[in-house]
Amino acid sequence: MEIPAIVGAGLVVIGAGIGIGRIGGSAMEAIARQPEATNKIQTAMLIAAALIEGIGFAALFAV
Amino acid sequence: MTIKTSPFFLILLAFVVPFITFAQHEEHAAEGETDLKTQIKQDIKHHLQDSHDYHLFSDGDMHVGFPLPVILWDGGLHVFMSSAFHHDDAGQVVVESNGVNYVKSHGKIYRANEVADEHGSFVTMDADHHPTNVKPLDFSITKNVFNIIAISIVLLLLVVKAANNYKKSLVPSGAAKFFEPIIIFVRDEIAIPNIGEKHYKRFMSYLLTVFFFIWMVNLFGLTPLGVNITNSISVTFALAMMTFVITQFSAKSEYWKHIFWMPGVPVPMKILLAPIELLGVFIKPFALLIRLYANITAGHVVLMSLIGLMFIFKSWIGSPLSFGLAVSLSLLELLVAALQAYIFTMLTALYFGSAVAEHDDHH
Repeated sequence: MEIPAIVGAGLVVIGAGIGIGRIGGSAMEAIARQPEATNKIQTAMLIAAALIEGIGFAALFAV
Repeated sequence: MTIKTSPFFLILLAFVVPFITFAQHEEHAAEGETDLKTQIKQDIKHHLQDSHDYHLFSDGDMHVGFPLPVILWDGGLHVFMSSAFHHDDAGQVVVESNGVNYVKSHGKIYRANEVADEHGSFVTMDADHHPTNVKPLDFSITKNVFNIIAISIVLLLLVVKAANNYKKSLVPSGAAKFFEPIIIFVRDEIAIPNIGEKHYKRFMSYLLTVFFFIWMVNLFGLTPLGVNITNSISVTFALAMMTFVITQFSAKSEYWKHIFWMPGVPVPMKILLAPIELLGVFIKPFALLIRLYANITAGHVVLMSLIGLMFIFKSWIGSPLSFGLAVSLSLLELLVAALQAYIFTMLTALYFGSAVAEHDDHH
């Protein structure tokens, strides 16, 4: 339970949160522009979110 | 709304009941030397591990569960049932098989020492509390192996039943009604866009197997049976290894050309890119392995910590809050179960597609 480990874990979560948040935001804008492409955009958003989450978890476990 | 049959009333009851029950844990905390938080951490770690017997729950001295066979290879074959250890996990009960003594400590089997040390255990520990005895090769049917076999048999029966439905007519009925949309989804959304029309049929069986296996195993992990298959890194390692092997063995020369001598870039860049691409060949299945393992394990750890929270807040408000959080997290876990299966299958299809890509696909 050292302080550097806790700070590192917090940074990892911040990074993953910012990444997924940006993707969600762009997906919302794209859906607002073209509602008929909602399915494709949603699929792509989920894929990108899972990839970012994968890196986030890997770093978290390493820490 | 009648009180007898309305589902709304049942759901309301499920949320009200935790208010009137709270954890009775005072007597346990009084007798042990370790405090509650360490005990909960140890319990969670113990629940996430593999074990040599299928242990459902225990109440004092009464254990409900059944033992599984232990198969060791230590120069010769040793087979015995794990009930010989009598639920011992601290290296104190010695089992003799074909002349060699074995003990079990923290879920792993070692060769026993000749004499017991001062705690009655036959295992010598080094400074980090890791045993230094010799470990035989362990091929036993543990809880994970048993669960994998059971779930595979269930899945096989369902799929064979669905396949037999097509003998009567092309319109599905019964089990095939559940499988057909999902199989078409895997073929049209995952296989064909990534692998291409020419080669996708070869890989369809592996993609379908991986998709249904990971999805079913993750779903079973959410039940109270204590199933944690994708929780163990060896299972996800095996899945990623299969993807890696199939990618390498079905790769055409175009694939290797793209790794070692990338076309379309100047020569110094080609020499620089070759080791990076070679590393990428190994890192991509490794990322598959870590992603599945970490997602599912983290979900289980958080769920169990929330339930352990009920024991820390020994009050009337702690139980329903933790219960509500645990229920909402379980709903998220349902989504994560299906999503992780989809991501694994899609990335596998992507790697297969890059392995069998033709020359004129994207140039």
